[in-house]
Amino acid sequence: MIDIGLGHYLTLGAIIFSIGIIGIFLNRKNIIVILMSIELILLAVNINLVAFSIYLNDLAGQVFTLFILTVAAAEAAIGLAIIVVYFRNSGTIRVEEIDKLKG
Amino acid sequence: MAHAIFFYVFSTIAIISAIMVTASKNTVHSVFFLILDFISVSCLFIMIGAEFLGMIMLIVYVGAVAVLFLFVVMMLNVAQQKNQWFLSSQSSRHIPIGLIIGTIIFFELIIVIGGWKYKPELFEKANSTSSFEGISNTHSLGQILYTDFIHIFQISGMVLLVAMIGAIVLTFRQREGVKKQSYIKQISRERSEGVEVLEVQSNKGVKIDD
Repeated sequence: MIDIGLGHYLTLGAIIFSIGIIGIFLNRKNIIVILMSIELILLAVNINLVAFSIYLNDLAGQVFTLFILTVAAAEAAIGLAIIVVYFRNSGTIRVEEIDKLKG
Repeated sequence: MAHAIFFYVFSTIAIISAIMVTASKNTVHSVFFLILDFISVSCLFIMIGAEFLGMIMLIVYVGAVAVLFLFVVMMLNVAQQKNQWFLSSQSSRHIPIGLIIGTIIFFELIIVIGGWKYKPELFEKANSTSSFEGISNTHSLGQILYTDFIHIFQISGMVLLVAMIGAIVLTFRQREGVKKQSYIKQISRERSEGVEVLEVQSNKGVKIDD
């Protein structure tokens, strides 16, 4: 318990990843919370990459974390723009009311 | 010892705030807990020795992404919608399935990590290949980021550019009834359509705009 190793960080990443997955499944609120759950999942992946990079003494993991940060920022910007456009057109972003593609 | 204490403190804060992101009823509170989560994970990164990524995480996530989320939440005015977990009877059947799938994924990850414990020779293999002794984390990261990974670095810049253009194109709208200056129309005017020379006879006015 006292010696913090790679397994502790990987467990933390697994817990946050699972919370993000459960947050996507259980969401009864608006889509913004789903986007935040995706950010949590990317954060968990970042924890895993950084922990492996430190413990294996290989910097490629940290470089990939940097690129994941870039992609997460781009994804948040595009996703929020889509949400703003959808809200302008239909007036709601609640998850259960978005069924325009249902036919 | 200190490492263990700080690890447990920060990871407990991170896990609790991650739960609160998905569970809190108010969306603004969710964004605040997301910020808290990012801050505690970046503290973990700084503590483990990846201080450049910890700082970048603070700047990019807390400074840009979370503020963008907060801005959109407040602009769309969804904070007033009080949201309940069990909305109606027919939509609450997602909840047990979601919980089951999340738990299964968690235990799969735990099994993978537990199996990792029995392969200790992987660390010894990789530990000998470090060539960045004695320089800081930021220095060594910059040394490989601009040499080995330069093409991926530039492609990530293109990703950001495309995201910026996409966000602008998506949210841009042309309003009706707004008077605007048209440079093309102004420049392409000629004398023949702007000026008319009339012979004015005495005691008779000139009628224009007929």
